[in-house]
Amino acid sequence: MTHDGRRLLAQVVNKNRTSLADHRCHIARVSEGRAGRADSRLIDAIDSAGLRGRGGAGFPTAIKMRAVVENRKTPVVVVNGTEGEPVSVKDAVLMRLQPHLVLDGAAIAATAVGANEIHVCIERNNVAAIKSIELALLERAQCEPSSVVVHVHGTPPRYVAGEETALIHWLNGGDAKPTATPPRPFERGVGGRPTLVDNVETLAHVAQIVHNGPSWFRETGTQDEPGTALLTVGGAVAHGAVYEAPIGTPLAHILARAGTPSGVRAVLVGGYFGSWIAGDQLKTAALSNASLRPRGGGLGCGAVMVLPERCCGVVESTRVMRWMAMETAGQCGPCVNGLESIAATMSHIAMGSAQPEALQWLDRWALQVDGRGACKFPDGAMRFLRSALLAFGPDFLAHASGRVCADVEMPKVLPIPNVAPGWR
Amino acid sequence: MKPRIVVDMISCVGHRLCADLFPERITLDDWGYPIIDASAIPPELLSHAKRTIEACPTLALRLDKLR
Ligand code: SF4
Ligand code: SF4
Repeated sequence: MTHDGRRLLAQVVNKNRTSLADHRCHIARVSEGRAGRADSRLIDAIDSAGLRGRGGAGFPTAIKMRAVVENRKTPVVVVNGTEGEPVSVKDAVLMRLQPHLVLDGAAIAATAVGANEIHVCIERNNVAAIKSIELALLERAQCEPSSVVVHVHGTPPRYVAGEETALIHWLNGGDAKPTATPPRPFERGVGGRPTLVDNVETLAHVAQIVHNGPSWFRETGTQDEPGTALLTVGGAVAHGAVYEAPIGTPLAHILARAGTPSGVRAVLVGGYFGSWIAGDQLKTAALSNASLRPRGGGLGCGAVMVLPERCCGVVESTRVMRWMAMETAGQCGPCVNGLESIAATMSHIAMGSAQPEALQWLDRWALQVDGRGACKFPDGAMRFLRSALLAFGPDFLAHASGRVCADVEMPKVLPIPNVAPGWR
Repeated sequence: MKPRIVVDMISCVGHRLCADLFPERITLDDWGYPIIDASAIPPELLSHAKRTIEACPTLALRLDKLR
């Protein structure tokens, strides 16, 4: 590990893309396996490294791999490079700068489960990442012939399109919307075959684990969540950028590294489906699921957004909820109607024109919507809502009773992207 | 193996029929969609459950075995 804690980004010089030749100075190629034949030694290595997925859910990667292998059909690997979180760019940066680390990880995952086909999925408007991966595949085709077929796909730029079952449905020719489970991807996925879906950062870690060994991986991070994580830090900071830090790093350290002003209103940790950290917790919270879960959140996509002192948390949270209501896949009643009702009520509260019962409705709906969709989108939205009500409790009360603060006029901090039409 | 009711929310269109037929396990949220109590269904309620599942116009309900 380099002195500043970087691993995945250690070879990056001056923000330049690492070529195949440079990449191979650091990491040797792992020999390919045979289709339909799993390599349990690779899975065992990932298991003892204790790697957890970095796409948001934090599920142990080796368990996913074993589930895919249990099926008799030849599996497929889907590399998930979609990053629908509006404040996260760490996967895009990783694909742009370290495409070969990602592709090595994908190749190893394919060998581990005995897959002969890899599908790399990246939002179609993320042109830089798609170009970087395509160039990397050209480099590899010239020097490192492979029997595993790799396809690159530009997916619809919608948040929910990156959900596992949505990606698979889209790869199979349908809309990029989540499907009812079971069957789960590891049972029946792309082309009806067992499918392993892994986030690009997860796969980059896989490549380094196999090259350096599981005990090296465990040298940093925590016992339960080893390794480093990529973090997108933005908002009211001097140096907004993608950082890499050991899991378990105190939030305050990252804020200091990014140059945070002394007065901070609150920090959104884990992206839009994460949770607000405010007050004393700003000093005690660490960047790990172990530290964030008891506070109702999680490491999620690793995005950290800082709200400055003079800024309205009610307004910021309401804007995010509006975006969420527009991003549902429009399939499940409680998600579609619930998020719409919640966003509308939050708007009334933010503007100081709410009914007296508005805050009670939000509490009631948070319970009614949680866990009631086909996918976990509404659950994440409710996690965000609950943490907003907690972090900005007094402000919500003031707004709900018509006392709107002067900070609503301050510049908005959280970016709200346009919602792209279409699911194909 | 104990049976319980599960709903496929993508198929459900909020007919509210199921809550009328099986109030022992199904209530409605504020938008008219079923909230399922996923606890085990005792033998004496099983025929009610099955009739409800058959009555759902979009076949959104099914019986699942609880381990
Ligand atoms: S829960 Fe919401 S986002 Fe998920 S499939 Fe249903 S409607 Fe779409
Ligand atoms: S009867 Fe079927 S469609 Fe109607 S609310 Fe119940 S589950 Fe949904």
